This record gives sequence, C-alpha cells and structure tokens, in this order.
Amino acid sequence: MDAIVPADPYADSYLDGNALAGPLSELFAVDVTAAVSRCAHCGSTGPVALLRVYPRGPGLTARCPDCSGVVLRLVRGPDTAWLDMRGAVRLAVPLAD
Amino acid sequence: MARAAVSGRLGARLRWQAATLVERREETASAQTLVFDVPGWAGHLAGQHVDVRLTAEDGYSTQRSYSLASAQDADRLELTVQRVPDGEVSPYLIEGLAVGDRIEIRGPVGGWFVWRPEQREPVLLVAGGSGLVPLMAMIRAREAEGSRAPFRLLYSLREPADRLYAPDLERGSAGLDVTYVYTRSAPQGATRPPGRLAPADLVQWGWPPDFEPTVYVCGPTGFVEAAAVQLVAQGHDPGRIRTERFGPSGG
Repeated sequence: MDAIVPADPYADSYLDGNALAGPLSELFAVDVTAAVSRCAHCGSTGPVALLRVYPRGPGLTARCPDCSGVVLRLVRGPDTAWLDMRGAVRLAVPLAD
Repeated sequence: MARAAVSGRLGARLRWQAATLVERREETASAQTLVFDVPGWAGHLAGQHVDVRLTAEDGYSTQRSYSLASAQDADRLELTVQRVPDGEVSPYLIEGLAVGDRIEIRGPVGGWFVWRPEQREPVLLVAGGSGLVPLMAMIRAREAEGSRAPFRLLYSLREPADRLYAPDLERGSAGLDVTYVYTRSAPQGATRPPGRLAPADLVQWGWPPDFEPTVYVCGPTGFVEAAAVQLVAQGHDPGRIRTERFGPSGG
C-alpha cells in the first residue's frame, strides 16, 4: 500500500464526496454526488460531492465539511454493501427530464 | 446552471467493463496517458471519472479512481496516470501494463464536477499539479463541441518539466487563456517569480466575480482548500465553485 505518512496524520488524509460516485453507483440509479444532503448533526446543507471522505477505515466514511459529523458510511463486502445514512436528514436529488 | 443527473443512466446499474490498452503516451518523466478501447462505452462528460480495478491471479483485487482526460470519442478513453512512489496501482499501470492487456473499468461516474457543452458562462479552471487532468477534459470538450464559452486556466505546478499536455496547451484554442503558476522554478523569461498560488494570481488571471464564472478547482486537498477560500473571499458565489481533491490514496 501507499507509504505516505504525513506529519499530521489528518492532513490530506481525506478525499471529497466525488470519490463516492463509483461506489454509490452500485446502489443508486442516479448520481448521488450531485444530490444535496442535510447534515443530521448541524443542519447544514450542501452537495454530497463536498463531503469529506475518509477512505482508510473499513469502507468509506463521509463527514460533514462544517461540523465533521458522520453523514454517511459505506462498507462493501464480497456480496453485500452496508450503507449507513443516519447522519443525513435527507437527500435532494436532481432528476433530468 | 444545469445540475441534472447524468442522463442515460436511470435504471441501469453500472457494471465493470473490460478495457484494452491500445496506446500509451509519455507526458512527463512520471506521468503517462493511457489510451483504452472500451467497446460500447456509453460516453462521458468532461470532469467525470472512472474506477479502475486490477485483479491478481490469486484473486486479490484493488481499485482506484481516475479522471478521464479525453473528450468523448466513440469507444476510446484516455486516463493520465501520475506515478505515486510506493503506490500500488499507478506503478503497475505505468510499467506493468502492455499494449493489448486488459483491465476492468467502471464508469463514467460523477455528475457534480462536470462541464456541459450547453454552459455559456465564463469558466475559470484552477489546476494544482495533476489536478489538471479533468480540467483538460473540459478544455478538450469545449474545443470538440465548438463552444465559444470563454475559458481561463490557471495551472499551478512546481517546474516546467512537470507540465502535462504541454503541446496541446501551447497550440492553444481561441477563447482559452492559459497562465502557468510555477511554485519552485519558473522558465527563463517568466515575469512572475516562483511561489504558491496567491490571491493576486486569481485576481489578475481569473474572472471578476461579477462576470459570474463557474470555477472548477482540482488538485491536492490543501491546494483546493486554499484556492476555494481565496475565491470566496474575493466575492465568488460558493455555489459556483466546484472542487475536486485527490489525496494520497490515489496510489
């Protein structure tokens, strides 16, 4: 695996919600990264693409960019995906046509 | 601005597809563009990416996400891979994969960090290092579509040898302004002394906020955050700033 160990273990250790596009495409028929989510912890809203995604744990953890609360968690097993969305009050999904 | 979901996807779950390497081009000493043939490729928008999956003979499998570098072109797509020292996937793609070999690709994915040909507003592209890749796809899509939308590119990089797509950018395109921001060493004759992207660079080479440009920023996390904060401080609407960051997990 990558051997990059930053001095600050949290600096540059996250990606953004754009990185969820592929994994979530296994579950959803629409692109979820363009959807607007409301954080259950602080109430702020923003595109899923702007969440902070930590890929180091088992699966992906997406946190609110404002309060760092966990908005969404996705773990992919060999034949099952576990999606925990208790940190998102809702998703507003743009639909074409 | 169009915020619609990617069309043509409703009801169809994305599947892994075989992609055959047909060509490789050296971009810099550490980056290559790989051209893949993917029969039946559904097409993509500039800014979208694909997941690449490699599977070893013993069944061990790993995947990475790569931005598409090319504009839509039939069954062909191009990825530009920056070699990550001690990385797991990028060294294999650059050194281990031969023309004719196959990998698995899933995509295109992502519907937020995209530029669509129907967009008419001015566009500012802010690239940090290999964050240029999805922004180059936007420049190429603009050209391929004959779009007249005015584009400006601010490309931050360490030194001239790191330039990606140098021939393409030198050839240029009407309505596209390109500015290089060298952080470590600038070529002879450059008027701007080397240094990190500064607020003054965005003011001088970007668009005024009242032109209501859409701004796309892509690069390492720290670069993207600094640029986005500066843009908002200069009066750009946060809703018009689209960001994509890549981190050390890109290996």
